[in-house]
Amino acid sequence: MNDIAVSSWVEQAVAASTARECTVIVQESHEVNLRWAANALTTNGSMSQRTATVISTAELADGVSAASVTGPLATAEDLLELVRQADAAAPGAPADDEAQPLVSGQADEDFDHPAYRVGPEDFSGLALDLGTAFERAAAAGHLLFGFAEYRRTTTWLANSAGLRRRAVEPMGRLEVNAKAPDLINSAWVGAQSTDFTDVDVPAMHDELEKRLGWGSTRVDLPAGEYETILPPGAVVDLLVYAYWTMSARDAEQGQNVYAGAERGTTRIGEQLSTLPITIASDPEHQQFQQPPFVILPSSAPGLASVFDNGVPVGRVDWVKDGVLRNLVRTRAGFARSGGTGDLPFPSENLLVDAGGTADLDEMIAGTKRGLLLTCLWYIREVDPQTLLLTGLTRDGVYLIEEGRVTAAVNNFRFNESPIGLLRRATEAGRSEHTLCREWNDWFTCSLAPALRIPDFRMSTVSQAY
Amino acid sequence: MPEIDPTFTALPLRELADAALSRAASLGASHADIRVVRTQRLHRMLRDARLEASSDSSDLGLSVRVIHEGSWGFAAGVTLTTAEAQRLADQAVAMATVARPLVSTPVELAPEPVHADQTWVSSYDIDPFEVPEADRFARLLDLSERLLAADAVHHATARLLAVKENTFYADLTGTSTTQQRVRIEPDFQAVNVGDGGFATMNTVAPPAGRGWEYLTGTAWDFEEEIAHLPELLAEHAKAPSIEAGRYDLVIEPTNLWLTIHESVAHGTELDRALGYEAAYAGTSFATFDQLGTLQYGSEHMNVTGDRVTEHGLATVGFDDEGVAAQTFDIIKDGVLVGYQLNRQMAQEKGFGRSNGCAYADSAGHIPLQRMPNVSLAPDPQGPDVAGLIAGIDDGIYVIGNKSWSIDMQRYNFQFTGQRFFRIKDGRLAGQVKDVAYQATTTEFWGSMDAVGGPDTYLLAGSLNCGKGQPGQGAPVSHGCPAARFRNVNVLNTAEGDN
Repeated sequence: MNDIAVSSWVEQAVAASTARECTVIVQESHEVNLRWAANALTTNGSMSQRTATVISTAELADGVSAASVTGPLATAEDLLELVRQADAAAPGAPADDEAQPLVSGQADEDFDHPAYRVGPEDFSGLALDLGTAFERAAAAGHLLFGFAEYRRTTTWLANSAGLRRRAVEPMGRLEVNAKAPDLINSAWVGAQSTDFTDVDVPAMHDELEKRLGWGSTRVDLPAGEYETILPPGAVVDLLVYAYWTMSARDAEQGQNVYAGAERGTTRIGEQLSTLPITIASDPEHQQFQQPPFVILPSSAPGLASVFDNGVPVGRVDWVKDGVLRNLVRTRAGFARSGGTGDLPFPSENLLVDAGGTADLDEMIAGTKRGLLLTCLWYIREVDPQTLLLTGLTRDGVYLIEEGRVTAAVNNFRFNESPIGLLRRATEAGRSEHTLCREWNDWFTCSLAPALRIPDFRMSTVSQAY
Repeated sequence: MPEIDPTFTALPLRELADAALSRAASLGASHADIRVVRTQRLHRMLRDARLEASSDSSDLGLSVRVIHEGSWGFAAGVTLTTAEAQRLADQAVAMATVARPLVSTPVELAPEPVHADQTWVSSYDIDPFEVPEADRFARLLDLSERLLAADAVHHATARLLAVKENTFYADLTGTSTTQQRVRIEPDFQAVNVGDGGFATMNTVAPPAGRGWEYLTGTAWDFEEEIAHLPELLAEHAKAPSIEAGRYDLVIEPTNLWLTIHESVAHGTELDRALGYEAAYAGTSFATFDQLGTLQYGSEHMNVTGDRVTEHGLATVGFDDEGVAAQTFDIIKDGVLVGYQLNRQMAQEKGFGRSNGCAYADSAGHIPLQRMPNVSLAPDPQGPDVAGLIAGIDDGIYVIGNKSWSIDMQRYNFQFTGQRFFRIKDGRLAGQVKDVAYQATTTEFWGSMDAVGGPDTYLLAGSLNCGKGQPGQGAPVSHGCPAARFRNVNVLNTAEGDN
């Protein structure tokens, strides 16, 4: 894919629109990835993609409508064709209750810059490190499985009100699963990166070998309630679910866990945890930068609207000092609720901190008898009313006795609510840069502490390993 | 019979193939294939009879995959020019070069007959993308308003997803295929908000490999289902909570398809059994050494894989490696007898030929072993649903799916549903709620003591089964009859303090 001047195509498109208003979003991504199993590569790829979305609006007798059309973008003519389609479709669409005036004003200085690119050369160093790791694993008698992915997505957003924004989102992740020859003793580690220069494969391998060492002794435990330490990645896997369901409208309509006791109210202002926990999102966070404005090729009902494209986004404290402070609204919904100031928009990062200072080893040292759950998996909602989730443990459940890990334990199925866990948590450790396990296809940027839960509920034993 | 969209066949497919394949061959590739894929999607959502979301999108791209000196290489882009096709061939070989030190065994593919200049189109009547927008909206609005007219329904949501997928494939052997598939999924939800909380109930109509006609009376009666949903929701909202324990279950195909999907279809993917998915989706308890001996379930269990069932969501003429669609046995009389294969695994494990289970959800993704339609056969002399229920003294009748979870070896699972009826002395005795059934795969399928007759059979499925890294979605159907299971562990999902 050549470095064409996408910004000039965008300008032509906005100028060509005959609609009442028009927004154009172009996203170009470049990616490389490697995947391996049993100490050998299985697949690899180098992919490029460029898509465009045109959102046109029309004035109707009963309001304003919008049409969103997305398609592949190879030439300037492709984008003009999308403009024609969106312009033609908007008058035929019904009025949208989320209609708002377009955001105007800002023009980014780098709007004319081309897309950020990555290619096979970005993984040549990683490939060497992996080759060494495969040799080390073979010599030590264990197997490595995993995946590495590095992608950069460049977005241009422009509208007929003069807004011109550009953002580059880096996404990198590396996850490695080590298994002993019996395939029962298994451990997983993961890392998030924005450029792959800071990924330390040998150090990750050291951690895997430590955990396989923990698993050299095994004990079987029954289902029941256990004092449990959830490390940062597992905490994020549970809290991301709570984050994705924070619709204020659903709460006001009595349709989610954030619904207030009285019809039409929410739990904003309620103490969710006795720990001084803060759950925030912040597009300007140094390690996890996200676009500082809303980008929405299509609406997410009750959460975000295509009319909100380009709205500036800042830090939002969703929970502060254990108290629920904000829920997610569209711009129109925010205005209807009497909200003022910045729109509380959820960036794709999660910053969890309760002021703790203990690292994971210190929390283990402070445990008389309990479990360390390193990874949670296949987490699904069972009851939206309580946000009851079910899921399983995998790749490392460990028994802690008298302050140290003494054995690996069988896997479990659990049924728990992250809201219930926040309320029952008795200790939070030091907040750390982490990669969650299950949701890292979509969610790679997170900072979280380990949590101590005095009575984590295991429904059944899982025989899987 | 629909024809392949001329705007797809008008693309320079042959020129792109010639450019990419000749370049790959000149660089020394032992295998090369090219795919050009266009996927159009239409999504509409109404909440309380007002439009909530509306988007029309399409993807179009091309990719080149090579085996070069025994190593895979893959590259994908969006510009449909011969120069880009050649550049992608170069880049795929470059990726193979980067990867070569990490490959332990040179890749080989099972042979497949040459299928030259083949075309195939799925079976549907009305292209949903050709229906006027006003008609689409009016139908969703009408059904939404019918739900909202009922006292028990405080909120209603209507969703429609339609997909049209065009694929062109060509490889160095001379195979070239051009295909078109259409699929559709309408879904409606009714919500009751009471003093004690809220209750929801969705339609149980499955997604189908059909066109717009599916929403207007062909193969499913939405009028009938929408008419009954409010009364079922009202009863559900007031229903007593289940007492946890062990129960006999009769499970309708609207629920059982998902249990088949998770515990059987994913469990018999050979790439999982061989460890290719170990770090992500997981492995399988049904390991390769147990082929031919593993007692997966009772003698009533006969499961096939196929890519040929009319209106099936995984139905194709040829897979994404140029392999012709087939039908094959997976479980026979309760014993594991087959796996889902692609060409590399078929060669590696000595099957001789792939059974056609390679699929990629776009040109930008590498074809993986993905499941075909995986279906449980009915008993030709089997009872109807009433007959299955008549054999139970104290049990639960399960309809529709809602929540699902299974471990990384496809063994320990937990499912809920849309609605549950208590069975007492062989008859239905009103709805109960807060039900989840939890079991292990072999225990559960071993407890199946009767499967229903052909009249209870339904082809259900999912439009978006996830697998692989980078993640890919795939459509898949599962046909099954109603079936009866003995002594299954049932949880009460409302128990506990959250």
